[in-house]
Order: sequence, then structure tokens, then C-alpha cells
Amino acid sequence: MTTVSDALTVPTGRRISLLRRPKSSTGFWSWFTTVDHKKIALLYTGTALVFFVLGGIEALLIRLQLAQANGTVLTAAQYNQLFTMHGTTMVFLLGMPLAVAFGNYLIPLMIGARDVAFPRLNMFGYWAFLFGGCFLYSSFFLGGAPNGGWFGYTPLTSSPITSGILPGRGPDFWTVGLIMLGIGSTSSAINFIVTVINMRAPGMTLMRMPVFVWMMLVVAFLTLFAIPIVTVALIMVYADRNFATTFFLPGKGGDPLLYQHLFWLFGHPEVYILILPGMGIVSEVLPVFSRKPLFGYAVVVFSGIAIGFLGWGVWAHHMFATGLGPVAISAFGLSTMLIAIPTGVKIFNWLGTVWKGSVRLTTAMLFCLGFIAQFTIGGLSGVLHSVVPADTQQTDTYFVVAHFHYVLFGGLVFAVFGGFYYWFPKVYGRYMDERLGKLNFWTMVVGFNLTFFPMHLLGLWGQPRRTYRYDSGLGWEGLNVVATVGAFIIALSVLIFIVNVLVSRFRGAPAPDDAWDGRTLEWSIPSPPPEYNFAEIPDVEARDDFWHRKYTEDEEGRLLPLPSGGSDAAEVTTHDGAHDPSHGGHGIHMPSPSYFPAIVALGLPIIGYGAVFKTFWVLVPGAVVVLFGIYAWFIEPATASD
Amino acid sequence: MTHRSTRRKAALTLTGVAVLAVVLAGCGAGPDNKQNSFRPKGTEAHKIYNLFTPIAFLAVAIGVLVLAGVLYVAIRFRHRPGRDDRPKQIHGSTPLEIGWTLIPAVILAVVAVPTVSTIFDLHSEPGPGAMTVTAIGKQWWWQFEYPKDGNGKQVVVADELHVPVNREIKVNLRACDPSLGAGAASCNVIHSFWVPELAGKTDVVPGHDNWMKFKADRTGTYLGQCAEYCGLSHANMRFRVIVQTQSDFDEWLAGQRDGPAVPLDQAGDAGDLFSTKFECTNCHTVSDSSASTYGPNLTHLASRSTFASGYFPLTKSKLVDWILNAPGLIPMQSKDCRLPPPATCVGMPSFTENTPKGKPTMTRQEAETIADFLLSLK
Repeated sequence: MTTVSDALTVPTGRRISLLRRPKSSTGFWSWFTTVDHKKIALLYTGTALVFFVLGGIEALLIRLQLAQANGTVLTAAQYNQLFTMHGTTMVFLLGMPLAVAFGNYLIPLMIGARDVAFPRLNMFGYWAFLFGGCFLYSSFFLGGAPNGGWFGYTPLTSSPITSGILPGRGPDFWTVGLIMLGIGSTSSAINFIVTVINMRAPGMTLMRMPVFVWMMLVVAFLTLFAIPIVTVALIMVYADRNFATTFFLPGKGGDPLLYQHLFWLFGHPEVYILILPGMGIVSEVLPVFSRKPLFGYAVVVFSGIAIGFLGWGVWAHHMFATGLGPVAISAFGLSTMLIAIPTGVKIFNWLGTVWKGSVRLTTAMLFCLGFIAQFTIGGLSGVLHSVVPADTQQTDTYFVVAHFHYVLFGGLVFAVFGGFYYWFPKVYGRYMDERLGKLNFWTMVVGFNLTFFPMHLLGLWGQPRRTYRYDSGLGWEGLNVVATVGAFIIALSVLIFIVNVLVSRFRGAPAPDDAWDGRTLEWSIPSPPPEYNFAEIPDVEARDDFWHRKYTEDEEGRLLPLPSGGSDAAEVTTHDGAHDPSHGGHGIHMPSPSYFPAIVALGLPIIGYGAVFKTFWVLVPGAVVVLFGIYAWFIEPATASD
Repeated sequence: MTHRSTRRKAALTLTGVAVLAVVLAGCGAGPDNKQNSFRPKGTEAHKIYNLFTPIAFLAVAIGVLVLAGVLYVAIRFRHRPGRDDRPKQIHGSTPLEIGWTLIPAVILAVVAVPTVSTIFDLHSEPGPGAMTVTAIGKQWWWQFEYPKDGNGKQVVVADELHVPVNREIKVNLRACDPSLGAGAASCNVIHSFWVPELAGKTDVVPGHDNWMKFKADRTGTYLGQCAEYCGLSHANMRFRVIVQTQSDFDEWLAGQRDGPAVPLDQAGDAGDLFSTKFECTNCHTVSDSSASTYGPNLTHLASRSTFASGYFPLTKSKLVDWILNAPGLIPMQSKDCRLPPPATCVGMPSFTENTPKGKPTMTRQEAETIADFLLSLK
């Protein structure tokens, strides 16, 4: 087993190291230097959940403010910061990192690899995420959080700070912070692409890969291509604001709409970056709890790829009201309708998967069924947006808020929660509590729909988005109260989830390695998986290879357990026969822990603060830290000699 | 069960569904708040509503079917003790895949036809009888400009757009106000012009000559709202469209073209307070209804029913509060507005707080004097 980074190791016998290499792979400090994809995934998960709670608190404050006409809980300035940070948090600090978390944990396990291709780059991605997130949130204590909206339209955000149009350093924290987060996302994307392409176990052909891995591969490509676009846009905003460039300044050759094209050319693929991992999770969970293979595997995979491609051709549907002219908006309306087709195809295939199955309504399964139902509603309201004239009534109203929360909360968050319940036994060797889980699910369904369904009507009745207050007498109070009550039920549900995680982590019912009678390779190894994942790299002979070691089909196509069946007895064909399964992983060389990813990432916020406060000498120490980290990283071998 | 009772049951069910649909439609139409896209009062809004409604019902129907499908598969195929746990392993079905690819494609193609034709309809140039007005988005209020008369003078008003009923109105949407200076200095941020009961929204983008059109089919007052986030007081950036008969409108417009009811130099104490002591004329005019200024043109303020983006009814007590401390009523970035440049200013300053060195603070008495003067400007 070799990693790609082995190619970069210094010839043996020469030890070049700028810091004494960290050794321990357990204990508190190991979390700072680990390069184990599973530990990194847990770091991503924990950190993203902290940001989930922060973004949730922001949402609750917003809902409190809107629970009554002319609410006085928040000032206009506070409200504008909170809705900006809520959106930014949920997209960049929850949705994307959670996808990376699931991808990190599962891709190597599902393709039969011992780690990702670039373990240290992986850890660097995490640190960039953590520091980027903390950097953004530090703005609350350093003169005010970003207040230009998560979309940051120019010239509001790009007007020179001396113009007083958008006061404070918030917009600068936003541009610099997102660039930092983008560096992390890009490194993860490269890592996933190389891992999936190069590190699959023998026999794991592309069309035998689990759908989740496929979707993560598509997501990684989308990320790789989308992030540079928004990075360019953000740099231009920063320059307009701080260096008096005029990229977006009308009257001086600039154009505010250029920014919208750039932002949404990133922003719409971003929507699929967020939702495709959820679709991947659902495609793994439904077959297991239906005891049937995924219906139309090839079509589901192809639909995901099609969505990935079409996702680049619909960006201007965020701009139907900007005056692009009838030809352009007709074209983007039609392309938006087109993307509904592969999305619908997936939904039908998921229903086909459950059809005539032997369905077990575990919490994981419930969340995934909830995903299908609610994502469908979000998809259909999305089709209503593609009806451009109707969209000119809906855009920038609460109808849109309802729409994308049905996609991203009703869809993505539900799938992710399903994923948590499904893979928790693999991570900790214990089941999550099912009774708390069901309570978690039902409170979430009730709270979610109470919060967001009424918003469809509020928007059509004229309530605009991003407004900190509305007048009494407009008839919006009642449904806004309902939405606020729903938001607190969601909060309760999240609390139940957190309690469930903590209780189950230590007291949960012990789970066997193959906790759910699973189909994919991660269930063939111990729970929790050893550091090296697979004592022997498996030889893959079929899609859902692990399932086919346990079951076959009789003449009628019915499920038939193999005589040697049962998870424990599953015969594992191994590729690497040299190793005796009893050796406990000795002799498998795993990449060694390293300080340098953290050090490189530490330089980023230093540069960031220098840029935000226009104290440019600070960029020098920041750059020195980054360069030191990079050089030391390259000199250091991937695997320390014993 | 007899044939007749089955039929009666079916009839009852149908009636029930029909009643439910009417009730739902009634509730769905929502409040009569003058800002409701479900209560169209103009040609464009009707066209959008008539396009949206059948497609929305179709979407609801599909949604209900899929939801029912989810519930059905979850309940019907749920594993129960004693039931065979060895389901048939179905890997897919090519005819089904083709079917559920083609059927949505056909439905969407059907939806696409009226969509595209309505798009082009709504974008067609208004006819020759249309009246053109210009709406300029500012932080955080709207200025409306009416065409020049024989003397080459336009009419400039704020917050309230008067239009005649049953007449096409073309609204030129501008974020830059050339009368405030050249180039970037005259431009504001992006706003969006939206009067839900009359038409869909169109953005007001600096450097772009956007326009929209509408034709109100009955008189009345309709509420408008900026729909693109434009900074601190975006929520307060409202306006209203007052639809009148042609003769009422002509009378109103003629009144607006008149000179001021009370010229500033004949306004006594109020004139001194307004122009000299508190320098209100830096941003407002009270004597020329054709002038575009940084703040709203107040030449005929008293002819309006509301002020401050339509946020407050035009009463003396509210106006006094406003003159004294406007940012206390609507948040604005106006702390330094009374300072000379390069101090930044977005909005109207307070005359009771943050008074700069060397500038006077306003008393309630002074504010009342100014308010009395402004309220005499019919």
C-alpha cells in the first residue's frame, strides 16, 4: 500500500526535519497532528456542528425578531449581520464541511483504501476551514460581522469603505474569510478526486463504486471548478473596496452585474455541491433498509453527473429580475426546467428502490424518506421559479426562503442526519438510541415544516426577504408566529440529537461490525475501523461487493443467504495475501502525523487580519509562516522512518 | 353497499374536495394588504397570476403524488414479523427509466410554452399611449420623475407615485441620478422596484437602463417595496402607487407643477431655520418641484399622505419627531451628515444627537415651526 505522497519522500537515511516529528496517534494532542482521514472527518463533523449551532442561534434570533410586526428584539444593523452570517455559516461552515466530513470518513472505506491520497493536505484543509470559520466569527468582536448578505452584491459590498455605503470591516472579513475557506475546500476537492481515481481497491471499477463515492467525485469536480470563480469575484470586491479599483463601479467602466454573473456561476454549482452528497447518502441508506439493491444504479449515477454538468448552465436564474432581456431569461428558464428532469429521475429511482422491499423504518431510514418528500417539495417550488414571470413575483421574497430551505434543510440536513444515524455504529461501535432518534426525527419534521411551509404563502402575499421589520396590518403576523414556533421545535430536535450523540457514544447498545446488514465495504471491517482500515486490501468482484459475499439470488430473483452467510463469517477475498489477518495491522506503514499542515494554515488568518485592517506589514510574518510550513512539509517524508 | 349509496358517497366526496379547494384558494389568496401577488390589480400582475396558478396546481398535484408514494412504500412494504424478509432483488427497469424521464420532460415542455410567450409579452415595448415616468432608487427611498412640460420642466416627487388608471405606464428604473454629479458619484446601490399587485419586480441596477411597465385596472393605493437588499434600512424602503382617474391625475400633476405655496424667502422664521440655521437646503428643496436633490423634494410635501418612504402618515407630531431625530425613527448611517466632506453620509442627520462642534441643536419649538411651514406646502 503506497500513498501518492510517498513519491515525494526524501531518500532514506537522510533525516531532514525542522521540528521534532509528533509520534502519538492517540490522546488529546494527536488530534492536532493527525493525518488519519477518519479522525480528520470527526474533526470536520464536530467543528461543523458547532457552527451549525451558531448558525441556528442566529436563525432563532431572526425568527424572534420576526415573530411580531415591527419587532424590537434586534436593531436593523444587528439583523443584517445575523442574516448574512446565518447564510454564510450554513453554506460554508456547515454544508460544505459536512460533505467533506462524510467524504473523508467514507470514501477510503468504501473504495477499499487505507487513507486518502494526500493525508497531510487533508489535515491542511481542515485547519483552513477551522481558521477561516473562526476568522469570520471573530468579526463580531472586531467592529461588526459581515452585513452585505451571503451573496454580497456589489456595489453595496464593493463601494469604497470611505463612501460610508456599508460601514465597518464586515465586508472585508467576508471576502477574505471566504477566500480562506475556499483554499481549504479546493485542497479537499483535489484530494478526493485523486483518491477516487487512483486508490480504489482492485476490481473496484467506476461502475462498481457506491453512489455516495460517485456523488462526492462529482462534488469534488464542481468544487474544484467553482471555487476559483468566486475567489476571483471576492478579490475584485476587496480591491474595489480597499484599493479604489472599479471592477463593479458604474460610471467608471465597471458593472455591478459582472459580480452577479461571477457569483452565481459559482453559486449555482455550489447548490449542487451542497445537495449531491445528501443524494449520495440517501442512495446508500435506502437499499440497506429495503434489503434491495439501488434501483437503476447507472441511471442514478448518470443523473448525478448530468446535474453536475447542467448545474453550470443555470446560474442566471438567480438574476431573472436584473434586466437581462427576454432572450437570456427564456434560455435560463428553460435550462432550469431541464435540470429538474435528472432530479426527478433520482426521486423515482429512490422510490423504486424501496418498492417491494422489506422496509425497516430505522431513524436513518426515516430521515432519508423525509429527505425524498421534502426535497421533492423544494424541487417543485424550484420549477415554479423557472417559470420566469412568476419568479419576478417570488424572487427576494419569503417564497424563495421557503424553497431553498426545503432543498438544503429538508433535503441536505435530513440526509446528513440520516447519515449520522446510519454510520454512527461504524464510527463508535455503538448504535445511536432509536427512541431518541425517532423523537429527533418527528420533532424535526414537524418543526421544519411549521417553520418553512408558511413562508411559501408569506412570500406570495408580499413579504420581502432580508427585512428586519414589517408593518402591522399586512396580515403576515400569524404565519410568522407559526414559523417562529417551528424554529424553536427544530432547536429542540437538534438538542435531542446532541443528547443522543453524547449518550450513545458512551452508553449506546454495542453494534457488530456489520451493524445493519450492509452492502458496502466499510461494513466488512471492524467498528470502529483500525487506523489502517483494511488489514488486507479487498478484491472487489461486484457492485455492493460485501453484500454479495453474504447473499445471492434464487431463480426468481429473491434474496438467498449464502451458506456461509452472516456478517462475521463473510469470506473476504483479499488481494494482498501476504498478510496474515491476525497480525493486527503491524507492518502496515501509515502516513505519520505532522505539525506542518496546521502551521501553513495558521499563516492564513495572519495574512487575513493584515488584509482586513489594511495593515500590510502583517502580511510579511503571515507569509513567512506559510512558506516555512510549506518548505518544512515538503522536506518532511510522508511516513517517518521507525 | 348499493350502487346508489356509492354514487352518493362519490358525490359527497367530490363536493367536499370542491369546498376544500375553494376554502384553500380563499385562504391562499391571503390578506387584502395591497401588497399581495395573489390579488392582482394590473394587467401584468394578472398575466403572471394566470400563468402561475395552473402550474402551481400542477406542482401541488405532483407533490401530493410523490408524497403519497413515499408514505405508501414506507407503510406498505414495511417489514413485519412473519413477512418474508427475502424481497425480490430488482436492479432496475429500462422502460420505467425511459418513462419517468420522458413524462416530466413532456410536462415541462408544456409548461415552457406559455412561460416563454409570457416573458416576451411582458418585455414588449409599451404602446404609443403609454406614460413614461422615471423611478430613481436611493438609500432608502424612491424618487419619481414625470415628463417635462411645455416649459421644459419635469416634476420630481418622493415616495408616492401617482398614475392614471387603465393607462400603460412605462417606468424607467435608474440607480444613478445625473443631476447629483457625474459618473460614479451619482450612483446608488442596486434596488428592486416591486408593486406585487401591479407587476413583478425589476431590479434597479447602476449603469443599466432597466425598465418595467404596468397598467392598473382599478383606482386605489398599492404598496411597493424595495426587493433587493440595499443596506441598513432596506426593510424601510417602501413606496406606494396611487392609481387615480385620468382627470384626478391631471389635476394632481398640474398642482405639482405649480410653484411653492409659500416661497422660502417669505416663510419668516421657518425660512431662516430651514435654510440658514439647520442647513436643510443642503439636501432638500422646498421651492422648485422640478429639482432633483440629495434628499426628497419637499416643494409639495403637504399634498402627500405619507412621508419617510411611506412609513409614517403625514401628521404634524410625527413630522416634528422626524425633523428632530430622523435616525431615531428609521435607522440611517447619518451620524456625520452635518459635517462637511469627506465625512460620509447616508440618510438624514439627527438635530438633537451627535451635534457637531459649532452647529446648533434643534429645539422642539424650532422643529414645530419648520413642520408648520412644511405642512403649508400644499
